[in-house]
Amino acid sequence: MKGPSYGMVLDTRTCVGCSACVIACKTENDVPDGVTRNWIFTEVSGTYPDLSMSIRSERCNHCENAPCVAVCPTGASYYGAGGTVKVDADKCTGCKACIAACPYGARFVDPRTDTVDKCTFCLHRLENGTPTTACQEICPTQSIYFGDLNDPESDVSRLLASRASYTLLPDAGTRPKHFFLR
Amino acid sequence: MKRRDFIRFGSAGLTAAAVLGAARSRQLQAYAHPVPDPRTDGDRVVPSFCELCFWKCGILAHVKDGRVTKIQGNPNDPLSGGRLCPRGAGGTGLLYDPDRLQRPMIRRGARGSQRFEEVSWDAALNRVAEGMQAITARHGAEALALYSHGYGGSWFEHLFKAYGSPNITHPSYAQCRGPRDAGFELTFGEGAGSPEITDMAHARCLVLIGSHLGENMHNTQVQDFASSIRAGGDLIVVDPRFSTAAGKARHWLPIKPGADLALLLAWMHVLITEGLYDRDYIAQYAYGFEQLKAHVEPLTPEWAHPRTGIDPAVIRQTAHLMAGARPATLVHPGRHVTWYGNDTQRSRAIAILNGLLGSWGRRGGLYSSSQLEVMPYPKPAYPTVTAAIRDRADPTLYPLGHELAQGIRDASIRTEGKEPGIRGWMVYGSNLPTTLPDQRATYRAIQDLELLVTVDVLPMEIVGWSDVVLPEATYLERWDDLNTPAYREPFVSLRQAAVDPLFESKPGSWIAKELGKRLGLASYFPWNDAKEYVETRVRATGLDWERLRKDGTLRGSPQPLYYEEGVAPSFATESGKIELYSAQLAGLGFDPMPTFHDGEVEDPPAGYYRLLTGRAPTHTFGRTTNNRLLSEVFAENAVWVNRAVAAKWRLQDGERIYLKNQDGVRSTYSAPVKVTERIHPDAVYLVHGYGHTAKGLRFAQARGIDDAELITRYKVDPIMGGTGMNVNFVTFLRASDVDAEAAKEVVT
Amino acid sequence: MNEITSTRSNPFVDPSVHVWHAEVPIYLFLGGLVAGLMVLAGLWRLRAPRESSRALTLLPWMVPVLLTVGMLFLWLDLENRWNAYRFYLTMQPTSPMSWGSWILLAVYPVSVFVAWVSMPEATRTAIVERAPLGGALLSRLETWALARERTLAWMSIVLGAALGVYTGVLLGTMAARPLWNSAILGPLFLASGLSSAAAFLLLHRITDAERTTIGRLDMGLILVEGLLLALWLVALRSGGASSRAAAGLLLGGPFTAAFWTLVVVMGLATPVLAEWIEARHGLRPGRVPAVLVLLGGFALRWIVVYAGQESAILAQTALR
Repeated sequence: MKGPSYGMVLDTRTCVGCSACVIACKTENDVPDGVTRNWIFTEVSGTYPDLSMSIRSERCNHCENAPCVAVCPTGASYYGAGGTVKVDADKCTGCKACIAACPYGARFVDPRTDTVDKCTFCLHRLENGTPTTACQEICPTQSIYFGDLNDPESDVSRLLASRASYTLLPDAGTRPKHFFLR
Repeated sequence: MKRRDFIRFGSAGLTAAAVLGAARSRQLQAYAHPVPDPRTDGDRVVPSFCELCFWKCGILAHVKDGRVTKIQGNPNDPLSGGRLCPRGAGGTGLLYDPDRLQRPMIRRGARGSQRFEEVSWDAALNRVAEGMQAITARHGAEALALYSHGYGGSWFEHLFKAYGSPNITHPSYAQCRGPRDAGFELTFGEGAGSPEITDMAHARCLVLIGSHLGENMHNTQVQDFASSIRAGGDLIVVDPRFSTAAGKARHWLPIKPGADLALLLAWMHVLITEGLYDRDYIAQYAYGFEQLKAHVEPLTPEWAHPRTGIDPAVIRQTAHLMAGARPATLVHPGRHVTWYGNDTQRSRAIAILNGLLGSWGRRGGLYSSSQLEVMPYPKPAYPTVTAAIRDRADPTLYPLGHELAQGIRDASIRTEGKEPGIRGWMVYGSNLPTTLPDQRATYRAIQDLELLVTVDVLPMEIVGWSDVVLPEATYLERWDDLNTPAYREPFVSLRQAAVDPLFESKPGSWIAKELGKRLGLASYFPWNDAKEYVETRVRATGLDWERLRKDGTLRGSPQPLYYEEGVAPSFATESGKIELYSAQLAGLGFDPMPTFHDGEVEDPPAGYYRLLTGRAPTHTFGRTTNNRLLSEVFAENAVWVNRAVAAKWRLQDGERIYLKNQDGVRSTYSAPVKVTERIHPDAVYLVHGYGHTAKGLRFAQARGIDDAELITRYKVDPIMGGTGMNVNFVTFLRASDVDAEAAKEVVT
Repeated sequence: MNEITSTRSNPFVDPSVHVWHAEVPIYLFLGGLVAGLMVLAGLWRLRAPRESSRALTLLPWMVPVLLTVGMLFLWLDLENRWNAYRFYLTMQPTSPMSWGSWILLAVYPVSVFVAWVSMPEATRTAIVERAPLGGALLSRLETWALARERTLAWMSIVLGAALGVYTGVLLGTMAARPLWNSAILGPLFLASGLSSAAAFLLLHRITDAERTTIGRLDMGLILVEGLLLALWLVALRSGGASSRAAAGLLLGGPFTAAFWTLVVVMGLATPVLAEWIEARHGLRPGRVPAVLVLLGGFALRWIVVYAGQESAILAQTALR
């Protein structure tokens, strides 16, 4: 029986890019001013009036083959429960190699602690008995799903089984666990 | 280490290294610290409802060590269902805004100089009462007016009704959704409601006319919008701009600004001539079908094509999609519809279209709302007010309109030899200079006032011009009246304070009562405070008070929503039927059926572009642009310029420009250009709410362009007085050019 | 060209990563220089010539001195620098930076011993005699070191090579920064460090014979460095879209002028040409080419660090 593998699914069909996820994450996780753990990415292609648009809410991909974990010299970046990529701020020297190593730009230096920070999949909520991330809980279009990719009955598994999806920079070798439904 | 190893590490990727790393790291996990808890969960969680916009979503405010740490949605609330838009989630940014009004102030310098003296509540309230009584003594209570926007305004409306003034106005009427409700009332006998009575979640085809849901973040509307997408319904979006909603649409119709009515009429033509409308429904419930049929007979898609810029084939195709999904086809009534001054007729066309599709009262269309009745708090009856509201120069104008905010404003201006009919304003939560069109007129009116009192939370522009400033506590610090909206199900939600008011701010309920006492109206405020007021109401209705306090919401019994569920069709129109033809309008001298008049909407002059405005999802007009939490995502607005137009002007993406309108008014500040394919070449687009000039808004001041400055011209809807504001045209001034010469003076 | 917007604006990450500033190229340069000095000092010990200029006998002391300066800059780059001891509580095998922190530590004892035994016997004796209490200890250490002189020399060479290469490996294994992502970066940094070390020696008062040997060595190293640079750029240009875009930063993009003038012309072509002319005409190798080599070495590190952070893996569109 495999242990859990936590991942996230974002439905780009319903995501309107409102940033409720961004604000909720900031208040839930007491993220300081000037930095953010998640964000909205919008892409428009075509020439007026033949246009198409893609909107998605993004954050750390909690890669299975995380270059940030590989490069960390102190072990501050490590794999936590369910393969969540975590940062132990006590061990972080702020060398920023992980920031340079992340192809997604998902990490940043927390100006209050001078250590590196990023999305934690709200694991503290999971540990306290709430199996949803703050962004998932607030999303008014219900576009965010968090769950166990190793559980075939979970929402994330069902959605990935039934709809076309993609990950970001699939050729970077990172094996991200954040999926985007087309 | 040999060279081969280098190459393997370098070119074969990180697999081997990562496996090693992963194994090693899992070993280290045993020594890793436990999950760090940001500890934002509250010691107390207080259910209430939000006031970042006017939807009133149920929230849960987490309070820890006397501070609100975060705000979540209240799962018990039917409007939010436990989910919030970004503004609601960012309410702490308002509560802890460092620029909040802290103490009552009385003006000491010239009006507009923003020189105030902080005074006690007693002194401030006495000043207000004296001022109001002085005006009343000389000119009567009808020389006083109240502008109100926001739920806490109810206490002041009560005060004014008790005082006997007829001039109570909400800018949300003539500056926003007034024409829509007039159009729907003329057709169905009922407005579109707030929350809108749209059954989007069940719509098989959803048509948005200029509505930009997803950027307009009315929570329940966006939730329903997402549900309809999830359910696989077809989406048709008609908008000169490729909005977020357009990005999800099966059909985006990039309509020429101002031509929506032509499209709606052409759709009616297709539905009727091809027999695609709901015959039984129309036969049973509608009046005036034959007249409508004759009216739209010549209004073919080919006729509409040059007027709208939409291909006739597309007009037919979309009409067929709409017909195929009926009666679960919803042509959304929209919300802010004050565009071109013919907005009642355009809204009526939308209503008629819904009628033809049979969606009114049907599943997937417009449902029948229900409302929980809660007993009122016993109080004396209001005095009869014989004076008419002074919101129009000529009483025969705008026969179906009421409480026109711009009219009250105009009535306050002294013209040659003629004294103004209104001398004093009380303004609750409404920043009039950026709300009413023609900002210059608003400032002229303010200069002519004898008394200007504002009740607000932040030092908005209107506050800087006031005589007396009364700082209200935010929604998180106060109790307000119960919310019992007409909605899919009857319910009541409670606003209760999560924390005590900061500084010396006071709840509006207290301010109104204290004013009432000083105006001799104590008997109209028999309650001790708002808490006692709502508790009395709840208990008198036989509802569970303790449960309401704990859950934030109590629901009534579910009521049928559609004719299919047993709702009895009834239309409060003159004919008692759906009026496709309106004898009432004909009798008043207006088109009985919406008619497209060529040339009614002018084209932009050469070198100018129509100024279109809208919303950003993180903001509620100018109310939230000082909220630093919300503004991190969207701090400054940009001018959307069509790529081809930008190329013609040699404007670069991100280059800063000023805008100048057709009346020569130039924006006070500059904004960056957003070169994009997403906007019609005849128009430019700005998000409303930026370009604050008030110095007290230390974050928002000088950020972006204020569209309200540029809306100097407006076209008034002759039926109900709504102010069409999409009738201004702007041209571009390079910031470098403007800064090089002496700055031109903004005409005030 | 698709319209792309992101609401993220994290400092030093957006619009492109720029977390490493001057401190890092300064360390890389000094570290490379020190690495080269360690290798040359080790080789010199192995040759153990009877006649050595005073400068060459004392210059090995520059290793711990320059390294300390370099490590100071590295420490200053850390955001949470008082946590630096954490480097030394663990060994992370996948992290070249972790290897580096231990290599740097090991460099100190080795380089101090090598510097000690490189000094003339007279100097060493004089110091031992004047040493306070430690006179006896120093003498014992000296005996120990002298007995293992060849081993220490080899350790100096190996550690120096490791020091010179690991920073290139650190950058080279980051797939996220296509400009760096090459196996050639490690050897390139080593070659550059060796060349800088040789140039550094040429600045001092060494004998003509030494100058000729080191000058010829430097010429060879510059040619190797030039070859590796060329290979690096060719490899990037023949890679995928991201690699090509990265190479473009130096071949037409914002770093083109700096790279070609400071690194290639000033740092490589001019010195090697000057040294060849000097050798051809039997002239004494001057100091100017050496200074140019050092400046070019520093410019190379600077450009690699700054341009590398600007390079990124190009995103694939989610649209048609």
